[in-house]
Amino acid sequence: MSLELYLLLAAALLTVGLYGALSQQSIVMLMMGLELMLNGVIVAAGAFWFYASADRPDGQVLVLVVVTAMAVEMAMGFAVTTAIFRSRDVDMVDSATDLKD
Amino acid sequence: MGDPMPLWGMLLLPIGLLLLGYGGAAWSAILTARAAGSPVSLAAATPARETARLLVEQRRTIPGADTLLWRLGGATVPVAAVLAVLVLPVADRAAADLSIGVVWFNAMEVLIWVAVWTVGWGANSAWGLVGAYRFLIQGLAYALPHMFALTTAALGAGSLRVSDIAQAQENLWFAALMPVAFGVYLLSAMAMAYWGPFDPAVARDLAGGAAAELTGVDRLVFRSGRYLMLTAAAAMAVPLFLGGGAGPLLPGWAWTVLKTAAVLALLVWLGHRLPTVRVDRFTEIGWVVLIPATLLQALVVAIVVLVV
Amino acid sequence: MVHTAVFAVCAAASVAAGVAVFRVDSMARATLALLASFVLAAITLLLLDLSYLGVLVILMMTMEMMIMIVFMIMYMMNPAGLMPMTMVHNNRGALAISLAVFAALVTGIFLVPWPDTRPGTPADPTLQLAEAIMGSKMLVMMVIGMVLFATMVAATVLSTARGRYDRYGDRLRRSRPDDPIRGGVGR
Repeated sequence: MSLELYLLLAAALLTVGLYGALSQQSIVMLMMGLELMLNGVIVAAGAFWFYASADRPDGQVLVLVVVTAMAVEMAMGFAVTTAIFRSRDVDMVDSATDLKD
Repeated sequence: MGDPMPLWGMLLLPIGLLLLGYGGAAWSAILTARAAGSPVSLAAATPARETARLLVEQRRTIPGADTLLWRLGGATVPVAAVLAVLVLPVADRAAADLSIGVVWFNAMEVLIWVAVWTVGWGANSAWGLVGAYRFLIQGLAYALPHMFALTTAALGAGSLRVSDIAQAQENLWFAALMPVAFGVYLLSAMAMAYWGPFDPAVARDLAGGAAAELTGVDRLVFRSGRYLMLTAAAAMAVPLFLGGGAGPLLPGWAWTVLKTAAVLALLVWLGHRLPTVRVDRFTEIGWVVLIPATLLQALVVAIVVLVV
Repeated sequence: MVHTAVFAVCAAASVAAGVAVFRVDSMARATLALLASFVLAAITLLLLDLSYLGVLVILMMTMEMMIMIVFMIMYMMNPAGLMPMTMVHNNRGALAISLAVFAALVTGIFLVPWPDTRPGTPADPTLQLAEAIMGSKMLVMMVIGMVLFATMVAATVLSTARGRYDRYGDRLRRSRPDDPIRGGVGR
């Protein structure tokens, strides 16, 4: 085991999540992609802590922040989905593009 | 922190859990028989007869069922119960006395959410799915007070290690020091095993809810898993609130077993006495009453820890 | 040796579960695959002595996925995947971008000279984290707390259809709110 292997795992998770976030039409599937990307960040932060800075708590604090970001992302994502769905009956990102107008 | 548990102890742990769980099921059957006016002497063997019947019963197949998730969910219930008691110290030794034992117990017991939901979903039945959603709502209601109750016990001992928490109660049991946390823990113990007043997920008004379509071995695994979970939750109350294996005359392991049996008997009896609580009502009680109560309890315990 | 084997299995299975999220038709299976990916990645964290954070990720993600699954099934027109359908846009572009990002990341991983010497891990990493967020990094914890509270309020405001005028009347004169379902404490 080494830092490189952990970073490879993190990169793979991030890539799979990025693919999902870019390609999925449904908002909820898009959010699953975002969660996978953040999962990669968690692995990378934990690995950096262990292999490069275990004498400092920064890596662990970063993991905590990312976990919180995931919870916030999911809660707000579903709230926005619910609000959009209530007002116009859509749950697809393509149908919500007119929100930018 | 004692020595690691020997291998035979690890084998004995699930067996002990199973025996106590059977005791709980038998006690439940006795209470049912007494309420129905039928002979109580036969009732103690009812779970064994039921097990034999379910073992020979043929499994029903349902079109459109998600069989993989369905079976996986049922099997998760007993597995989660056994994993949860890995951190339980019996006679000062746990199978795995993790430094974050309380968090581990909480994480394993939350697997029940996955289990009950997938069992309800997998059967491709409306009853099952309604039961599954009911359990998730109930989970949202009991999870936070439950976590604060666990946190308060850890706070009183200044450690997340379960054996440290048990040792910190040499002078005063946490059940006496933090009665609100103990009460909330007992409530959530029933809720996590969807037992007693918190059984709308598998209630009769839904024809069995999440368990509506289970037959044969699947039903056996799900139902015995429920008793295992209830036993596991009762067993964890012993090191967290009831002083662990401390007691006169008898050895530590015997006291752990005795206290577990007592808590289990109380939970089963309460389940028979109290009417089912609707999940929407319990959600408001959980958030408006139990969360502030447990937070205040944590505050009081924090002050006690600082001052004493 | 055992550690390496556990890491290899968990890492491969975690990525495979992540891929499965976008391959399976059933929304229940997709969400549970995501949960499996999280749990397997958390096990690799446990190998790094991060016992608290690893178990915390398992705990939080289990609860989060079970909430997520409700919305997945609510908002997908074909939640059980009984009639397979694809709901993707610009599949090739997404694939190309992702692979390019992966290639760039891998190049970076192997080109950057990472530090060779590993600082010793503290006796109790959980204690290190706890002392940090209650000491030098307290601002982080305070911001997290505020953000979570703001999230709870904002999410409720966004998703609820009934405001205070629906509950207390146009002049807010009603003494008891007019709710379709009354709660458990008698209001």
